[in-house]
Amino acid sequence: MFVRPSKLIALVAALLFGVAPIYGNPQRVVSLNLCTDQLLMLLADADQIASLSKIATDPRTSPMAQRAQEFPINSGDAEEIFMQAPDLVLAGTYTEQGTVQMLRSLGIAVEIFAPEQNFDDIRQNIARMGQLLGNPQRADTMLRDFEGRLAQLTNGITQRPRAALYSANGYTTGAETMAGHILSAAGFDNIATEAGISWGGTLPLETLVMLQPDLVITGSTYPGHSRSEEILRHPALTPLKSITQTGAKWVCGTPAVLDAVADLQRAHPDKGAK
Amino acid sequence: MRLFPILSILLMLLFCASLLVGHTTASIGDSLSALITGDGPLGTVMQDIRLPRAILAVLVGGTLGLAGAAMQGYLRNPLAEPGLIGISGAASLGAVLSLQTGFAGLFWLALPLSALGMSVLAVLGILVLAGRQGRSLSLILAGIAISALSGAMTSLVLNLSPNPYATAEIVFWMMGSLSDRSFDHVWIALPFCIIGGAMVLSLGPALNALSLGEDTAATMGIHLARTRLTLVIGVAAMIGATTAVAGAVGFVGLVIPHILRRWVGARPSTLMGASALGGAVMILAADLLVRLVLPDRDLKLGVVMAILGAPLFLHLIYKTRADLS
Repeated sequence: MFVRPSKLIALVAALLFGVAPIYGNPQRVVSLNLCTDQLLMLLADADQIASLSKIATDPRTSPMAQRAQEFPINSGDAEEIFMQAPDLVLAGTYTEQGTVQMLRSLGIAVEIFAPEQNFDDIRQNIARMGQLLGNPQRADTMLRDFEGRLAQLTNGITQRPRAALYSANGYTTGAETMAGHILSAAGFDNIATEAGISWGGTLPLETLVMLQPDLVITGSTYPGHSRSEEILRHPALTPLKSITQTGAKWVCGTPAVLDAVADLQRAHPDKGAK
Repeated sequence: MRLFPILSILLMLLFCASLLVGHTTASIGDSLSALITGDGPLGTVMQDIRLPRAILAVLVGGTLGLAGAAMQGYLRNPLAEPGLIGISGAASLGAVLSLQTGFAGLFWLALPLSALGMSVLAVLGILVLAGRQGRSLSLILAGIAISALSGAMTSLVLNLSPNPYATAEIVFWMMGSLSDRSFDHVWIALPFCIIGGAMVLSLGPALNALSLGEDTAATMGIHLARTRLTLVIGVAAMIGATTAVAGAVGFVGLVIPHILRRWVGARPSTLMGASALGGAVMILAADLLVRLVLPDRDLKLGVVMAILGAPLFLHLIYKTRADLS
């Protein structure tokens, strides 16, 4: 566990003088959050990445699980992060606050990213990550590709079937959320809006059946049994058309959401579905 | 004696009310015609969501009332109740074990059979520990031990489950709920309820004789060992099957025979039939309350039953405290 002397001096200096972090071209970046993991992998040079969060390699939540295996993994523990001597730490709004405070008090620059709720948040976070990593032109390229693909996906949609995002315990996701925007971009109207739900909430099975959506989109279920997930196999849902979507692409606001949009469009009548 | 007609009419009224109350508002005429034809979304709601729920309420309540009256008659102790003495808790444990290990998915009777197996163990344990005389103190102590153990094991199994939702379901298995149950659940529970119910009801004459004491009953030609075995298997079958689909609902088997006893006299055979009807009425009413008071919160059936049942239970303890000391 060696720390380069120059780094050590910088750290001591930071501790002594509370030096403001110098960005521009950070060389050892640590990410503590699944979503910043992905933006980091997308926008940084491989040798800029010091470590990623421990769920970065879980294929159920991370669309870049394969790629993440090339990098060291951290446990999110302040002591461990400090010993990796990062010059930039990326965290999410819901990262353990104690860890963030501890790292900041040790003079390490910590940048907090809020979870993306819509496509504008994605654009802003990509641009911000590019700035922080000293790779703004790479972010610009990614943004251009993103806009181009989004335009191509949304092009040619004339009808908007009514769909419901339905998960365990009868929980539905409204139009204001990232999942809601993915659904909308794929060319569907969200049935939660008709039920008066804009963020998320319980949609009783009876209400769902009475609203008669053209499509029910359920998440994949976990191993083991739960009564919460039994609702997704209830016979009352059988007359409705339903598809299962896996979660990883839906979790974070990265260009991977466009893959989720494309997957959904396989069930859209304007995009080739019968 | 007007008790049976009154209970039957109440049962039918509440059954209809149960079919007509839900998140969807529709006129009574539309609802009933949709129930028969099954046409359109309202037909799906009536036939696939509300009808199985109402039927399960009758099954759960009826079997709990019947099992409570039978246990109380056999042990000659008004505190013998499936929930209180751990039979329901053991059935929950059996159901949870078979669901989490995947055994329940092997064949359609696997789930109720696992719950039944654990409840047989619990009933046998109670009978051994409490003795044939069914003295109150040892009965309650044995029941507390079995309840606590099975509750703790249920929590442990759910905590160890790879499914992130499983832990949140501890409360379902301990409190019971009928929300969003389907006909799949009715078909799982129904055969066991019918067989168990018939076995227990057939014990009427034996239990009547037993109310005079075991020696007297034996001289009247009652086969004690056979009576005991029939009771154990019958009660375990009913409680196991209903708990496997609706969780453990407490207090019904305790409160219902207690309320009805004054109307039917002390004859266990009459009390069993009345308690089955009364239990069904009570669960139907409680499940209606669940849906009317907090429709969006999936209020647990056991919570409502405990709120209604606990005061009656305290009253019962107050009245019998001389025997307990």
